[in-house]
Amino acid sequence: MNKVVANSEDAIRDVPDGSTIMIGGFGLCGIPENLIRALARKGTKNLTTISNNVGVDGYGMGLLLAAGQIHRHIGSYVGENKLLEQMVLEKKIDLELAPQGTFSERIRAGGAGIPAFFTPTGFGTIVADNKETRDFDGRMYVMEHALKADFAFVKAWKGDKWGNLVYRKTARNFNPMMATAAKITIAEVEYLVEVGEIDPDLVHTPGIYVKRIFQGEQYERRIERKTVRPVVGC
Amino acid sequence: MEIIAKDLEANDQRPTTMSKPAKDLDKRERIVKRIARELRDGFYVNLGIGMPTLVANHVPSGIQVVLQSENGMLGIGPYPIEGQEDPDLINAGKETVSEMPGTSYFSSTDSFAMIRGGHIDLSVLGAMEVDEEGSIANWTIPGKMIKGMGGAMDLVASARRVIVAMEHTTREGQPKILKKCTLPLTGSKVVDTIVTEMAYIRVTPTGLVLEEIAVALTFDDVQRATEARLIPSPTLRTMEA
Repeated sequence: MNKVVANSEDAIRDVPDGSTIMIGGFGLCGIPENLIRALARKGTKNLTTISNNVGVDGYGMGLLLAAGQIHRHIGSYVGENKLLEQMVLEKKIDLELAPQGTFSERIRAGGAGIPAFFTPTGFGTIVADNKETRDFDGRMYVMEHALKADFAFVKAWKGDKWGNLVYRKTARNFNPMMATAAKITIAEVEYLVEVGEIDPDLVHTPGIYVKRIFQGEQYERRIERKTVRPVVGC
Repeated sequence: MEIIAKDLEANDQRPTTMSKPAKDLDKRERIVKRIARELRDGFYVNLGIGMPTLVANHVPSGIQVVLQSENGMLGIGPYPIEGQEDPDLINAGKETVSEMPGTSYFSSTDSFAMIRGGHIDLSVLGAMEVDEEGSIANWTIPGKMIKGMGGAMDLVASARRVIVAMEHTTREGQPKILKKCTLPLTGSKVVDTIVTEMAYIRVTPTGLVLEEIAVALTFDDVQRATEARLIPSPTLRTMEA
């Protein structure tokens, strides 16, 4: 079993134009920085991206957006992207917004062999337009379909050479579900360790879901909104 | 929780609040203080981005509440001390935060399972419009603004109690509490309570019941600033500051 690849270029060598790619992260927290940069350099076009946000203008997935590589995006919040808003209003990009819980559950379902499910979220709103609705025990629910992808780019704090992954704090977010829902899941980690070095009880994503893994470099881990309190008075 | 309240209070110089005129700050302060009085010991609470976040500054002493962040955390603490901010530790507003003793982290799916599953006692969020049926709109203005609903639709659909925290009218003085929302909805018939700088309003099957009025205002003052018809509560009283 050899899942380790040399670097981000090698990891995405076979990502063709027109791919559907899931990209982990919430805002800029827990995004696969190396894979996004490599994809921007490779210039892969006509992508469908599935990610909660689209980075910010000029950083993270904002790079792919600015380069015109994304033709369709599925996510839940795009408030940090003036460029995206402009592109949507000018119909240069196809945007599908889903409630965040529905979005994450659709990805979970995609990885878990569940084709669709019913959720109370969005009933009576435009999110439910043209979708099947059903009454269960007197409450109305909307049917939502699973999401799957050709590739998933995920970021973990630590991983072993078999692809067992451990995330750190709120950088976990969408990464674990995305790892399960793609044909080829590529994980970049800050620390790549030998098999057996991670306590099995602490593995968040079992290695079965991960096809390729590498240790990333030059992590910027940019903070979107730095909020601090003064030392004095604490 | 007292620690959180005190620590957060020391942090009023957030750009989001400081950029507002002083009058608005005062309004917001009154709104979040009133909402904080709805907190009960043992509550698991989700505070929305912006003004609702400030409710954490006014948790009554002697009770413990746990703040949930839908990006995958229970037990949000105060903003970190300068130099201790961690890019891997943020709230749903993408602000750096700290963790409390007893904090747990989980995936987005687990987070929304706890929201959708009805385990969140209280959700406080802002709104662009609310109507007399308790429907709320806060995520998009067609043709003008595309923000996305984020986790708001899940929260309003399934939190045990939903409180809207907002200024009573728009900057132009137009009512935000309407007969019927005009913007695309975040949730239909989901809001339980509306708290503004002018009033505390309960959403009931028969309409909006005005329970409390801010000091020095009359029922007519509040009604004039509200498009929906208000029903005076038999126990109508002055809003405590």
